[in-house]
Amino acid sequence: MTTIRTRFAAPQRLLHWLMAICILSMLFIGVGMVSTVAPKYLTLVQIHKPLGIAILVLALIRLGLRIFYGAPALPADLPEPIKLAAISSQYIFYALMIAMPLIGWAMLSAASYPVVLFGGVHLPSILPLNPRLHTLLWHAHYFLAFAFFAFILMHVAAILGHKLIRNDGIFETMAPVLTHDPSKRKTDLV
Amino acid sequence: MAQSPVSPKPIRLSSVLTIAAVIFVAAIAFAYTAGWLSPRRLTPEKLVAALAPPGGPALGHRRNHAKGICFTGTFEANGNGSALSKAEVFVRGQYPVLGRFNLATADPNAADAMVRVRGIGISITTPDGQEWRSAMIDAPIFPVSTPQAFYALLTASQSKDPDAMKKFIAANPGFLAFAGWAKSAPWTGSYAEERYNSLNSFLFVDESGVRHPIRWSLIPAATPVPISPEELAKRGPDFLEQEITQRVAASSQTWSLVVTVANPGDPIADPNKAWPPDRRTVDVGTLTVNQIEQERDGPCRDINFDPTVLPAGITTSEDPFPAARSAAYSRSYNARTAEESYYPRTATGAK
Repeated sequence: MTTIRTRFAAPQRLLHWLMAICILSMLFIGVGMVSTVAPKYLTLVQIHKPLGIAILVLALIRLGLRIFYGAPALPADLPEPIKLAAISSQYIFYALMIAMPLIGWAMLSAASYPVVLFGGVHLPSILPLNPRLHTLLWHAHYFLAFAFFAFILMHVAAILGHKLIRNDGIFETMAPVLTHDPSKRKTDLV
Repeated sequence: MAQSPVSPKPIRLSSVLTIAAVIFVAAIAFAYTAGWLSPRRLTPEKLVAALAPPGGPALGHRRNHAKGICFTGTFEANGNGSALSKAEVFVRGQYPVLGRFNLATADPNAADAMVRVRGIGISITTPDGQEWRSAMIDAPIFPVSTPQAFYALLTASQSKDPDAMKKFIAANPGFLAFAGWAKSAPWTGSYAEERYNSLNSFLFVDESGVRHPIRWSLIPAATPVPISPEELAKRGPDFLEQEITQRVAASSQTWSLVVTVANPGDPIADPNKAWPPDRRTVDVGTLTVNQIEQERDGPCRDINFDPTVLPAGITTSEDPFPAARSAAYSRSYNARTAEESYYPRTATGAK
């Protein structure tokens, strides 16, 4: 039997899917730009910086919404290890969504690069020129990007598992539209 | 159908396969984007590695133009550039400059007379917070037309195949024009007597949004005094740094910043091709070098003179080099700043 679950609030779902597109684009742009010397390198860099700041702003708004609205409770029959994974993954995603843009911004600052958003719009430097800090931040930005992508793959695998294997309603809490009438679920499974 | 012993619900094989397929496709797409499935892609990593001598790069130093010396000074705009670009740097006024004279070699200890090409890196900042960085050389044209050809040149020049350079030149005949300059152009005995050229084409964007394809050069006020490389060698391996230090200490050195405007049809995308000499030029101001500082503890040391750091009013053109240079310079910067311990600052500079 499955529990009929409530969903995340509409603004939370909107932000989730908007940010999913932004973050996946960001990760692909990131690994793509550092692997090419073609003219698209500059285009990708020019998207990477403002998109990163947009993600930072959206993540902070989303954190506010999360605190305001909360989240639907996990199914009572969810095994403890999965429950722990589900809860810790949320902390990890919030940490990465907020930390990655800040690390990128700090990294550019520590190398004394102007942080150009678009045209003449710059962000202030948040660190003084410092090669050691730059190296630390650059490594963090690089390795956390791969970790971020790995977490996203795990997240997708897990949510598809909830949908296709357990069909426990967790997918529906964040689904952009209701994929089927939850009341029919019982007949599917029994 | 598979039945899990711990779950009350049946686990369909098709579900598991669907999930595995989604993850696999996403991972492959990511790997492809990162270039892991494209060993022939010209990456910044490959380009920078190709600059290194057979013994490996000089750790802690720039991967090219490794020998250099810092300077500070000013750029005094005369206002003439404002007709071509809305950038504040062309508005009449005086703006601070940080720069670096350098030799185009991967060896920071190379003897001056062994290095044919000399360069300058400059960064001009304006009160609106914008910055213009440029890295220029004294050659009138670049050796090759594309970043791929530059990689081919680096590869050929280090190849064990005795015919490698011949094959390279057959495929890139434009190199001969550069080789002609390298062979016949007179050398000078001072960084202050060199003319430095952007080579790459950029676009100046004026107030009405019109884009003007341009190149720029720094033309020295000092008169070039020709010297043979043999004579330069006799003066010592680091003569250029000693000379510019003494020269600037005695009096500031100046260059005119001259912008050349392309005519329609001029080769914008190819820095191996000079524009005809009758093109319109605009003298937009004067670079003054006031003080020389050793690189080890100097202000230019940890600055990347990335030619794509441009103020609003200057942008890249269809010339493919600034993008490639930016990608490669970034790679070089990340490497050398992580190797600080191999190029330690002097005790007085330490914290």
